[in-house]
Amino acid sequence: MNKQQYDKVVKKHSPPSPTLTDTLKAFVVGGLICALGELLKTIYLPLFELEKNASALVSVTLVFAASLLTAVGVFDKIAKFAGAGTLVPITGFSNAMTSSAMEHKSEGAVLGVGAQMFAIAGPVISYGTISSIAAGLIYYFFLR
Amino acid sequence: MYQGNQTICFDNPPHILSHYAVVGKKEGEGPLRDLFDRIENDPYMGEDNWEKGESSFLKAAIEGALSKSETANADFIIAGDLLNQCTASGYGIRGMNCAFLGIYGACSTMAESLIVGSALVSGKSARRALCATSSHFCGAEKQFRLPLEYGGQRTPTAQWTVTGSGAVILGEDGGKVRITHATAGKITDMGVSDANNMGGAMAPAFIDTLEAHLAASGRSAGYYDAIFSGDLGFVGKDIAIELAHNDNIDLSRNYEDCGCLMFDSQTQDTHAGGSGCGCSASVLCSYILPRLESGKYKKVLFIATGALMSPVSSMQGESIPAIAHAVAFES
Repeated sequence: MNKQQYDKVVKKHSPPSPTLTDTLKAFVVGGLICALGELLKTIYLPLFELEKNASALVSVTLVFAASLLTAVGVFDKIAKFAGAGTLVPITGFSNAMTSSAMEHKSEGAVLGVGAQMFAIAGPVISYGTISSIAAGLIYYFFLR
Repeated sequence: MYQGNQTICFDNPPHILSHYAVVGKKEGEGPLRDLFDRIENDPYMGEDNWEKGESSFLKAAIEGALSKSETANADFIIAGDLLNQCTASGYGIRGMNCAFLGIYGACSTMAESLIVGSALVSGKSARRALCATSSHFCGAEKQFRLPLEYGGQRTPTAQWTVTGSGAVILGEDGGKVRITHATAGKITDMGVSDANNMGGAMAPAFIDTLEAHLAASGRSAGYYDAIFSGDLGFVGKDIAIELAHNDNIDLSRNYEDCGCLMFDSQTQDTHAGGSGCGCSASVLCSYILPRLESGKYKKVLFIATGALMSPVSSMQGESIPAIAHAVAFES
């Protein structure tokens, strides 16, 4: 039996992920998180005057909430149900940082928590920065 | 005596003097809950991190086996685990004042340590050899996958690493159960690269070693009262049965997988079953060996399976090399 034939045998016996229900759950939970963000923004706007400030505070609140839920061991249970619904919004980024930091706590504050907290979220920061530079250059030269 | 086809027939079959299995809380809630020597509910076992916790599980299994056999120490301890540099074994055995041979065979470690230990005892290089291994769900997730609190979804083919340890003491004379044959596996790689489908990666290694063993010993699969694979899980077990059927080996009656026995996948959310060095080791020590001792089984073939990849090799796009080692027990 060659590798291609074996691949068919493996696929036959491997149950697939329930993509349709996973997508629906992600849609609903992700949408609820975004709706919560809009609600927070409505509350924050009269309190902090500028729209820019209110938007930033919405992100801060969601990041804090996700981090807190991760710390008390609840976030992974919600995420098991929601999948991409909690991963894609800023809550996923927060969870990746906090869970990595917690995981490496026993290795010390500097090289454990400090360095390892970027193990999963690091690429988001690196490539986020690079793409924002690219977008900025396009805007500066062509769209201004 | 070497029999060809990777197989040793032991001239002086080593006897099982004692065995001990200690597992974690989730394993202790599974179908085998009444069979383990000890169920430890604290995943840290009183320590302050998972790595030290795993060392404590291993230490508890070794001390338990020594205490059951009423011997102070073994001449050699042969052990290994899944952590980098096998630290669960190194730190667990530290302070035991015993010669230590560290081995790595991923989840096939229990069978590998039994082969080395049997060779030492059968060749009269040791009076008593202690073979042990351990794994820890939290330590393995940290080492091979994602942080414990990371919010992700496990695929249906993913397996659950067993928190637990098993230890077996081999001696020249004593217990009712003997190790008569051993077959060391070849590395088999059928190109599976999905680290969440270990059963699929390891099933061909299991079949390869099974066929080598049967060819060398001149036996059929039906010779054994039971054949156990280590941790193929539900996916790998089904694949193994199909592969065996294609090669005219009937595994439909006497074949079981330790990973499938460990958890109730319906109620314990363990997807494709248990895995890890501690899976086959604790099932061997709590389920298989007691059945041989009670006479329920007379002849058993135990084939522990291992996936020899690392997180680095996975990220570099490598497929998963797998191995399986077989040990034949008789009572």
